[in-house]
Amino acid sequence: MRKCSLDSLNAIFTRINQFAKLYLPVNGNDGKAAYTEWQEGLEWSNALNTTKSPKDFFFPQTEDLMAFRTSGKNIEIIDTRKESEDFVVFGVRACDVKSFEVLDNVFLKEPYDSYYANRREHGIIISVACTRPADTCFCKTFGIDPAKPQGDISVWKTANELYWQSNTDRGAALLDKIADLTEECGTEAVEEQQQQINKIMAKLPLANLTTDGWGAGKTQELFDHPKWAELSEACLGCGTCTFVCPTCQCYDIKDFNSGKGVIRFRCWDSCMYSDFTKMSAGQPRLTQKERFRQRFMHKLVYYPENNNGMFSCVGCGRCLAKCPISMNIAKVMKTIGGKDND
Amino acid sequence: MQVNGYKPLIVAFCCNWCSYAGADLAGNNRLNYPADVKIIRVPCSCRVNPMFVLRAFQRGADGVIICGCHPGDCHYTSGNYYTRRRMALLFSMLDYLGIERERTRVEWVSAAEGAKFAATMNEFTETVAALGENKRLEDLRCKQ
Amino acid sequence: MQTVTREQLINKAVALLADGTVKCVLGWKKGEFDYDVTPAVFETEEEIRADFVWNDFCGANFSKYLVAKTRQFDGKILVFLKPCDTYSFNQLLTEHRFDRDKVYAVGIPCAGMADISKIKEICGDGISSIEADGDYLSVTTIYDDQPIKVEIKEVLAERCLNCKSKKHVAYDELLGEEGDVIDSNRFDEVAQLEAMTPDERFAFWQKELSRCIRCNACRDVCPACTCEKCVFDNPNSGVENKSPANSFEEKMFHIIRAFHVAGRCTDCGECSRVCPQHIPLHLLNRKFIKDINEFYGEYQAGAQEGSRAPVVDYTTEDLEPGEVFDRRDTNA
Repeated sequence: MRKCSLDSLNAIFTRINQFAKLYLPVNGNDGKAAYTEWQEGLEWSNALNTTKSPKDFFFPQTEDLMAFRTSGKNIEIIDTRKESEDFVVFGVRACDVKSFEVLDNVFLKEPYDSYYANRREHGIIISVACTRPADTCFCKTFGIDPAKPQGDISVWKTANELYWQSNTDRGAALLDKIADLTEECGTEAVEEQQQQINKIMAKLPLANLTTDGWGAGKTQELFDHPKWAELSEACLGCGTCTFVCPTCQCYDIKDFNSGKGVIRFRCWDSCMYSDFTKMSAGQPRLTQKERFRQRFMHKLVYYPENNNGMFSCVGCGRCLAKCPISMNIAKVMKTIGGKDND
Repeated sequence: MQVNGYKPLIVAFCCNWCSYAGADLAGNNRLNYPADVKIIRVPCSCRVNPMFVLRAFQRGADGVIICGCHPGDCHYTSGNYYTRRRMALLFSMLDYLGIERERTRVEWVSAAEGAKFAATMNEFTETVAALGENKRLEDLRCKQ
Repeated sequence: MQTVTREQLINKAVALLADGTVKCVLGWKKGEFDYDVTPAVFETEEEIRADFVWNDFCGANFSKYLVAKTRQFDGKILVFLKPCDTYSFNQLLTEHRFDRDKVYAVGIPCAGMADISKIKEICGDGISSIEADGDYLSVTTIYDDQPIKVEIKEVLAERCLNCKSKKHVAYDELLGEEGDVIDSNRFDEVAQLEAMTPDERFAFWQKELSRCIRCNACRDVCPACTCEKCVFDNPNSGVENKSPANSFEEKMFHIIRAFHVAGRCTDCGECSRVCPQHIPLHLLNRKFIKDINEFYGEYQAGAQEGSRAPVVDYTTEDLEPGEVFDRRDTNA
């Protein structure tokens, strides 16, 4: 483990920026944190989380897949893919790091998604431990430890210092490049902070939320649960929960006719929308109740079924904070889940 | 019409009954107006949805002008009165968003006013040419 | 501090359910925390006594829910309306969006609603409870030993700081005292923007709108947006999109949406309340309201049921689109 003083952070960012683009949470003009490309003078936000999750780095909201240009009777197909350069994402929380694993299970299995893989291979993740988890946090429910965030490098921030620990070869290589700006140190301070974090985690309002009653094999039991109607009755059908979610991975592929040719692109889609998965017969889920149910059944039943029991929620709490009507996965898990949640 | 080698693209929505006929008259009288003015015929100026104006800018227009019958002369009695209110509000909103106000205009041109049509198009094109390319409401995908 | 109490509302709801006046009650339901209140339909006294809440976080405007709920239920629905909600209620009636006979509207006074994000800016994350205490909120967090006292007026939502009316313009029954229309400063921010140079205005909106993630929450919560099929959701419209590919599409969506509700927007402020990216969407709507007032005479959507919006009306003496700017430049 290595450490540096917080004062030398600027020098470290400058160094990293010399060989790779660096992104970190910075407070925007609305006072809320968003991942921003680092440049001299920008300050790392103290916010626990960004409004939009870092999934954008690997699975951007819109992305061109290919383009077509016609001349006479010929159609030219243009590969718009660009080989990514290495980039570093700094300040990712434990929950968001875990969300990359959820996305990997979708995009890196067959059919293999080369667009996603290209970005994933070039991204270096520097995670940071959460010293002040929020009331909306429930990552523990999904077995995530905010005191031991994963990623290529884990970082712990104390009052005056930053502690660095590499977890992968890529992380170690990066730490080597800033070795002269950091020094070797013991793990006592970090261990103390970890204990502190664990104590706080036990005090969180959602500390006892469990996945009891959910998981693989529950489709028959939960699909027609009488509570779905009540839970979804106020749902507006907007896409806020989906678009702030670090693990939602549905997208639509569309063609944009520019007048000179066609650009084929993909963009995030939301199962909450009336025009989601529109087919010749229309949208298969006719009412908001069915769309609402799909979102939670996918995260808590269907996904675990296909991925050895792993849930596709990481408890980051963004949907709890952002839903216009304050309906969210925690309320769904408590209402429909097992009695341990009562 | 060129300013420093730059030729603007102008989209003119012309009502079928007055302004389109006015444009015809301008042509019959061999009056000159820039070839960069692309006329789109609409049944009435009030057919122009605000979306049409934005879409014209998206697809590469540098200026958008809407021409209709003079107030009181609408073929459908009152269509242009609605146009007047809608476009006053829309143009004010575009200006509020910082988009150059000179890029949008409404003019009333009757079927007898061929000369006015040509003069208006010359003057409008010149104004837009001086502003340069539309950068604030552009869609880069349409410029590739 | 709200002047009517939760008990008053519960008693009213229970009484109207019991005597058969209404079949169900549209109200605010207790959440996981003290601030995450959800709109809900209550059908029994037990449900109401257990979960109905009325506090400083009941911002949701129920008017739009009536469009769907009046079709869903036989019999009358009891709805509680704050003053600003009654304007949306009237506007929807003007547009014949729901059957007035199926609604029993109870007007309730409102002292303004708190904005949880402002509270979190002061108290930080980790809030475990919030209790009303006169003009203050007592906020307990897991990080502080003592509750933090926050003055409610410090954390009021923007729309409540610039409240336009405490008067109910529609109801069957009123609880508490009737208020007055307020001479608010709600157009000040619009005027400030108008006074900027076009470059500054462009930079301002570019920054704000570039945060848009097109979640459509502003549209879906808006009581004026009740189209059965929105043009932006219709694959045949040619402008449908699910996420903005560039800054043009962001502007397109917000300009067209604001234009579509111009003259119908009551300035209830729900759009800005729900925006996850804190985009000041009310500044677009208020621009149209301000322009309409200045060009065509004072008009408040929803103030009068059945009134004709200036955008679907005209006079032969209206000002020309070109004169809009001459006028402002000479005024400035």
